[in-house]
Amino acid sequence: MTTFFNLTLAGLSSGAVFAALGLSLVIIYRATRVVNFAQPALALISSYVAYSVTKGTGSYWLGFAAAIVVGTVLGIAVERLLVRPLRNAPELSPIIATMGLLLVLQAVAGMIWSNEPHAFSYAFDFRGRFSAADLFAVLAVLVTATGVLLLFKFTSLGLRMRAAAFNPEVARLLGVRVGVMLTLGWGLAAAVGSLAGLLAVPPFISPTVLDEVFVFALTAAVLGGLDNPLGTIVGGLALGIGLSYVAGLLGPELVPLAALAILVSVLAVRPAGLFGRATARRV
Amino acid sequence: MLNKLPPVVVHLLAALGCLVLLVLLTFAADPFTNLRIATVGYYLIAVAGLALLTGFNGQVSLGHGAFMFIGAYTVALLVKRVPAFPIWADLLLATVAGGVAGLLAGAAAARLRGPYLAGATLALAVGLPAVTQRFPELLAGSNGLSFTVNSQPAGLVGTIPSTQWQAWIVWLAVLLALVVLANLARGKLGRTLRAVRDDEVAASLAGVHVGRTKILAFLVSSACGGLAGGLQAFLLGTAAPGSFTVALSLSLLAALVLGGLGSLWGALWGAIALVYFQVWTDDIAEVLSLRSDISDNLPLALYGVVLIVVVLAFPAGIQGGLRKLWVRVRRPVPSQRGEAS
Amino acid sequence: MLEIEGLSAHYGPVRALSEVNLKVEEGSITAILGANGAGKTTLLRVISGLVRASGGRVTAFGEDITAMPTDRIARSGVAHVPEGGGVIPELTVEENLRLGALWRPDRADRARALDEVLELFPPLAPRRSKAAGTLSGGERQMLAIGRGLMGRPRMLLLDEPSLGLAPLVAAKIMAVLRDLRADTGLTVLLVEQNARSALSISDYGFVLGLGEVVASDDAATLLADDQLRHAYLGF
Repeated sequence: MTTFFNLTLAGLSSGAVFAALGLSLVIIYRATRVVNFAQPALALISSYVAYSVTKGTGSYWLGFAAAIVVGTVLGIAVERLLVRPLRNAPELSPIIATMGLLLVLQAVAGMIWSNEPHAFSYAFDFRGRFSAADLFAVLAVLVTATGVLLLFKFTSLGLRMRAAAFNPEVARLLGVRVGVMLTLGWGLAAAVGSLAGLLAVPPFISPTVLDEVFVFALTAAVLGGLDNPLGTIVGGLALGIGLSYVAGLLGPELVPLAALAILVSVLAVRPAGLFGRATARRV
Repeated sequence: MLNKLPPVVVHLLAALGCLVLLVLLTFAADPFTNLRIATVGYYLIAVAGLALLTGFNGQVSLGHGAFMFIGAYTVALLVKRVPAFPIWADLLLATVAGGVAGLLAGAAAARLRGPYLAGATLALAVGLPAVTQRFPELLAGSNGLSFTVNSQPAGLVGTIPSTQWQAWIVWLAVLLALVVLANLARGKLGRTLRAVRDDEVAASLAGVHVGRTKILAFLVSSACGGLAGGLQAFLLGTAAPGSFTVALSLSLLAALVLGGLGSLWGALWGAIALVYFQVWTDDIAEVLSLRSDISDNLPLALYGVVLIVVVLAFPAGIQGGLRKLWVRVRRPVPSQRGEAS
Repeated sequence: MLEIEGLSAHYGPVRALSEVNLKVEEGSITAILGANGAGKTTLLRVISGLVRASGGRVTAFGEDITAMPTDRIARSGVAHVPEGGGVIPELTVEENLRLGALWRPDRADRARALDEVLELFPPLAPRRSKAAGTLSGGERQMLAIGRGLMGRPRMLLLDEPSLGLAPLVAAKIMAVLRDLRADTGLTVLLVEQNARSALSISDYGFVLGLGEVVASDDAATLLADDQLRHAYLGF
């Protein structure tokens, strides 16, 4: 029973990270119908910036703040320079382009900070069962996710962002500056993604450290239906707990396969995800 | 006169011609270059398989390295456990194993579209190599399996270097597989695949069984992946999970896009680029005496840049560019129809 | 108010509008009539910047808006209700309405506008917090027009507001437009295939045929012109 409880708690904190990175994918998918395969690389670069700033100043929180700012700026830049020129291109193009960016950014990270892993500190004490660091991860993600949901649901900016995502042409006719909304969406998503990176990276940072987390985050987002933020958060937490059971009871080497099994079985029953709408919305 | 023959004969003759040329080429090349020639070969068949799936049928796979993984381990296990089998049987079984895996993956994926399919195949690429940790006795964990293949006939041992022989075997297998692929792509299946890609509803109204077609595309494409993996294992004498990273799967797709999505020729340019990018960046790094941090990451960076540039500026890839050039050379008068063909 | 001079537009090589000249007086209801494919919808889309003109000029309120981005045209006081209404089904009725006024800084006046619209279209009031996708066709059209009015526009562009609606509902919507003009002096540019009902509330009409203006006159004169009615208006 205690094992079960411990595994659940452990799963909760890793699930929170999947949920946050998944949320960043969903914000972008909703706004621009693009799965941002470069998201882990954006989070990676901002985490490396945090690493350098913390190393230089000795302050974890200065590095934290720098990472969020750099992440946001990168997200905005990617939307403006890479995604916007492809808005009328075939579906495959943004996938390839963001993947190309993933390769570039991972390589650049390796060039600047080397492929060797560096120690990366936790925000708080990480020892013991459900440590302060775990608690911080869960709380930070819940607060951020709630903030994002409230922003979408209850502010006029959020209403404009949703309108721009659902029907850009009508939004334009109603005076919404759609381009600005999309850019803001990418910035917001990248900020959330950077937070997820900072929580996922410790104890060591290396250029490929977020690859596996990204797959789990994408799984969480797909489980949630790709355009449902709440579904993604629920999906991420559930996936984290489920994978924690698999790791604890069957062995950690099975975790990626278990994620694949969960993904495939859910998609077999519901091809648009657990909470997804029917796919035929865009006629 | 060639136009009168059935396409399968034309393809076979072309393959024979290519094989003769390659054999001649291997005599002129040093062992190191022969290894590269063989490497281009197995990448070519992997990318060509992906071309059928993604280019012709519109299903995006970010996990094709997983099928190479299956092929490589099939060959490795057969060589170690069933040494009596000749290498061609091992390679055939690797192809079959890849195909069976593809059948399963295709059946699971047939209802998925765009980003959902991309996500599922990516999870496959990450998840599958982890089975080596699960069965350490059989699959030897992260160290992988090492073995030696004695495929060279006794009469040839000593007369030609082993890498040259290996290049022949690889290209023989690859060209045979390409003949099959080219026939499929030219024939009814090719048209059906494109019809499903362009409009599933219209295709099913026209009597095409959409689900079955998509699964078939997966099967053929993964069988090619299995063969490619088997050839890689044959060539290197190892099968280790570290060779089948997500980066490999992404590189295959990248090679396809770079070469040009719509044709099997594109796969050739893509495979050559895959191998020679590495070679060139190594050369550049050496000439400029770059730090290893930079030189190790240079191929990846260059690769990513090329992908972005191709998508933004040359969406038809290398083959698209060549075709445009060819049309212009053959018909100096610009025509609207030439580009659409 | 709105002046269109020598306006042309193309979809690829296909010419949709050719050298259209048109004038809408302030406070008038002007009907644009014509068969399917005559260029009516394209004309509205060029005015609101969704389609770029390949020649000519659009002037609204004395300002050249030919090359202005769509969202700025909307904020300058031109409300375009597209064909089918363009209601966003995922948002609630109230969110759809609020969206129409978000660009205006005066918060209190936005709330007043919401009350006025709900008063103008009583069926919407009890459905405020329902998803707009649950509304009937007539209610959707009311929501679309109401949303256009939320921005207190100086000019309303309507694309086939009665399309697909029951005759009674369509007549009600026409009556609302007539009353609105009478009460607030709103300028309306009304695209309709149902020429008779459009002309019944209009002051002036333009008839388009294959992208060109083939006739323009007082609404009453157009209604009385038998030859024109048979050739272009189909009644």
